[in-house]
Amino acid sequence: MAALTFPDVAWLPLLPLLVITGTTLLVLVADLFAEGPDYDALGWLGLIGLLLAVLTAVPLWNQSGTTLGGTLVLDRYGLFFTILFCVGSGLTVLLSMNYLETTDIRCGDYYTLILFSTIGMVLMATSLDLIVIFLGLEVMSVAAYALAGIWRTQVRSNEAALKYFILGAFASGFLLLGIALVFGATGETLLPRIGEVAAKGSAEQRLLLSVGAALLLVGFGFKVAAAPFHSWAPDVYEGAPTAVTAFMAAGIKAAAFAAFVRVFVDSLGPLAGDWRGALWFLAVLTMTVGNVSALVQRNIKRLLAYSSIAHAGYLLVGVVVGGESGSAALLFYLVVYTLMTLGAFGVVIALGRRGQPHEDLDDWAGVGLRSPFLGLAMTVFMLSLAGVPPLAGFMGKFYLFSAALEAGYVWLTVIAVVNSLVSVYYYVGVLVKMYMAEGGAEVETAAARPYLFATLVAALAGTLLLGLFPTPWFELARRSVESLAS
Amino acid sequence: MPLLSLIVFTPLLAALMLVGIPREQAQALRRAALLFSLVPFALAVWLLLEFNGARGDLQWTERAAWIPRYGIHYMLGVDGISLFLVVLTTFLMPIVFLQAWDVHKRLKEYLVLLFVMETGMLGALVATDLFLFYVFWELMLIPMYFLIGIWGGERRIYAAIKLVLYTMAGSLLMLVAMIYLAIAHQQEVGQYSFAWEHLLQLRLPLETQRLLFAAFALAFAIKVPMFPLHTWLPDAHTEAPTGGSVILAAILLKMGTYGFLRFAIPLFPEVAVEAMPIIAVLAVIGIIYGALVCMVQPDLKRLVAYSSVSHLGFVMLGMAALNLQGVQGSLYQMLNHGLSTGGLFLAVGALYERRHTRLIAEFGGLWAPLPVYGALFLVVMLSSVGLPGLNGFVGEFLILLGAFGRFPWAAILGTTGVILGAVYLLWMFQRVMFGPVTNPENKSLKDLSVREIAMFAPLVVLFVFMGLYPKPFLVRMEPSVRLTLERVESRARSASSACNDGIACVARGGQR
Repeated sequence: MAALTFPDVAWLPLLPLLVITGTTLLVLVADLFAEGPDYDALGWLGLIGLLLAVLTAVPLWNQSGTTLGGTLVLDRYGLFFTILFCVGSGLTVLLSMNYLETTDIRCGDYYTLILFSTIGMVLMATSLDLIVIFLGLEVMSVAAYALAGIWRTQVRSNEAALKYFILGAFASGFLLLGIALVFGATGETLLPRIGEVAAKGSAEQRLLLSVGAALLLVGFGFKVAAAPFHSWAPDVYEGAPTAVTAFMAAGIKAAAFAAFVRVFVDSLGPLAGDWRGALWFLAVLTMTVGNVSALVQRNIKRLLAYSSIAHAGYLLVGVVVGGESGSAALLFYLVVYTLMTLGAFGVVIALGRRGQPHEDLDDWAGVGLRSPFLGLAMTVFMLSLAGVPPLAGFMGKFYLFSAALEAGYVWLTVIAVVNSLVSVYYYVGVLVKMYMAEGGAEVETAAARPYLFATLVAALAGTLLLGLFPTPWFELARRSVESLAS
Repeated sequence: MPLLSLIVFTPLLAALMLVGIPREQAQALRRAALLFSLVPFALAVWLLLEFNGARGDLQWTERAAWIPRYGIHYMLGVDGISLFLVVLTTFLMPIVFLQAWDVHKRLKEYLVLLFVMETGMLGALVATDLFLFYVFWELMLIPMYFLIGIWGGERRIYAAIKLVLYTMAGSLLMLVAMIYLAIAHQQEVGQYSFAWEHLLQLRLPLETQRLLFAAFALAFAIKVPMFPLHTWLPDAHTEAPTGGSVILAAILLKMGTYGFLRFAIPLFPEVAVEAMPIIAVLAVIGIIYGALVCMVQPDLKRLVAYSSVSHLGFVMLGMAALNLQGVQGSLYQMLNHGLSTGGLFLAVGALYERRHTRLIAEFGGLWAPLPVYGALFLVVMLSSVGLPGLNGFVGEFLILLGAFGRFPWAAILGTTGVILGAVYLLWMFQRVMFGPVTNPENKSLKDLSVREIAMFAPLVVLFVFMGLYPKPFLVRMEPSVRLTLERVESRARSASSACNDGIACVARGGQR
């Protein structure tokens, strides 16, 4: 019987993760000593940590390697997502500092949970082992369940947390069973070796692997809110505190896609013939269900929830296409999507006041003209989400659809384009309310909440920059997926 | 010197500068906007003077890499087809800004949007990269949406959304077709390209071309608008504020016809030749249908809107002929329609400012209180009718001449449209201007101010000039039109000869 051996630890690949973990623990401890009522200091601490993580991640760009027995990897793909998650979480923290004040969510755990969730995301993106990916997913999700329910005095928030938790746990079950089947087929949990079996294994192995893949698809499909596994999303998005919704819509979805692409496009790529058809169908279903349901929404958070489902559909197109161009387009789209979604939810937060969330679209009447900056910001985010040039959302769709056409998915592209057209109606509907309707609620000026204002400016700048000059950013995405096998 | 870039982006710069002027100073905003709008016009006049009329290819080209991975460039150029449309656009904008003296609600936003719109329109006219064209094409939609939605009439929201959805529906499929072309270029030549001049060289299977042509033609036919895709137009026009209507009629609609001439026809010449009879039929239906609707239209603005459907039918008919007279006439008529329908909308707008109604029944005998207005309105109306000696006649004559060569039946039916046009416009004018003043409210109306006369004066001068001396325009258009037609003919001929000898035709079909 072999003695239990500990694998060699290379510290370099772990560096960004360790910085985030260290920060998290620091914030956790600092929370014990922090005196309310506001916990901005903890937020700042978290922000600095996330910034540090980005700063340690950037110099690693040209490095590569694995650690902990090949379970964690240092590659550009992982770094790309690490940086994206840090930016997303950072903007969420920034957004939250003003939000917590207006909602009276007075607890420092908020920031700790966001950081914990970020750790989970980074794990998901940098791991080559199914078990570690699952671990990351759970770290991320458990923190997110708690975040969804953190507004304890609100019934809606409690409901959201419970619903999210129960359905999330169910999905985790699928994922685990999928992992078990994959393990049964290959005797491995490491992705590269699973990839080998997928490519060269016997027919029986491949069959079992395909069944496992189907279950994994369900698990990931739940996390990215793909139809028909999306039914939790609108309720949870609506019930959760808005800043948390922004975090879920942007960060958690991106993390799920990071693992999704790594597992399916990279490792299970040889079996693409088996899952691509199903995914094609999922993509079409997801974008159609999202867009059509969004048409009738009167609550802005529900509208954005369905919009985020629709966008998961577009992103799935990237997974279906796969390959370098498909994956690169998906990564680019995720960056764009993160920025515009955070921005849109930022405007939702900005329109709310203490005790008056103003989430009903009727409250938005005339706001665009009364508050020009918020109006302009929302116009840019909505048009970008709708895919109107020259904004980032258009470029993202352009790259995605070009990749799809290139790979011969003409009908998928046409369906996606028709879906974009449908989406124009409800995005523009928001603008109709903001600019062309009378009445509505009074809002505070954006400048009265400096952190929120800064978040919006950052998201706005990003949406314009990635739209007008997408080339360098797309190159980054393209070079990030070079490290993937296929 | 990047003259075209300057022309395209000075309006955007003007928009940014306007943002800096406080909204309380309405008069300063208006004056600044008017002044700024003269800059692109001056540059366009310079372009007109420097333009080499003997060349048919693109001039003043600019090129810079934008998204190299997909062969997308920032590419601009102008030829005889786009030259006068650029000048027309920059020429009309100061007039639209003069009209803005009548705008009081949210003035600053109104002016800023107009400038953004101008950049979009000019960019679409000079872009020679399909992707860039698409970006500008969409860029002009958004300001128009806000112009109608915020400053429009009662049913403005309905009209604005209808405009957006119709236009987007067409243009998104066009985008897919564009991407498809770029990929086809990659497969044939080895690298992606969205450049118009590169894509002209593509030889695609006829079946594929048909689909791609359909995607382009749909986008442009919606914009023109061609029967039966015209239903957004009356709503958009009727609800838009006067300035918006002028731009919509004068320039936005031309984007559709320009798109046919620049993209849909030269890129897919074989299919274009096939499709032209269908387009001629639709054009003739548009001409007659539009005119008939005008006859029974109680609302002045709606009447002018439907007259656009009829007049744009002529433009498409001339283009469908695909011969020199027809296409030149079509181009000339684009300018004419821009000027005269723009003028008509200004005239209707001036009435609306005074009486806040557009119903013909509310007016009558206005010549007595408004003699100056009456005289100017008369000239504008006659230009639209196509009275010999004014601009409209030259265009319609050339179009019918060209169409007679190719589709005699269409020319004959189209001619009835000329007659119907005279009938509904003269009848409208008679009901509004002549006779006794039936409505006491109209007795004390104030005649045009100096500012309003200044809006009409440049139009009237051009009506007469273009009516009597079209040569300087036609000469500069001719080489480019010839070049386009030669391309179409040589391609269409080689396609049909290839199919005549059977084997090549089969081989061509088998490639798919």
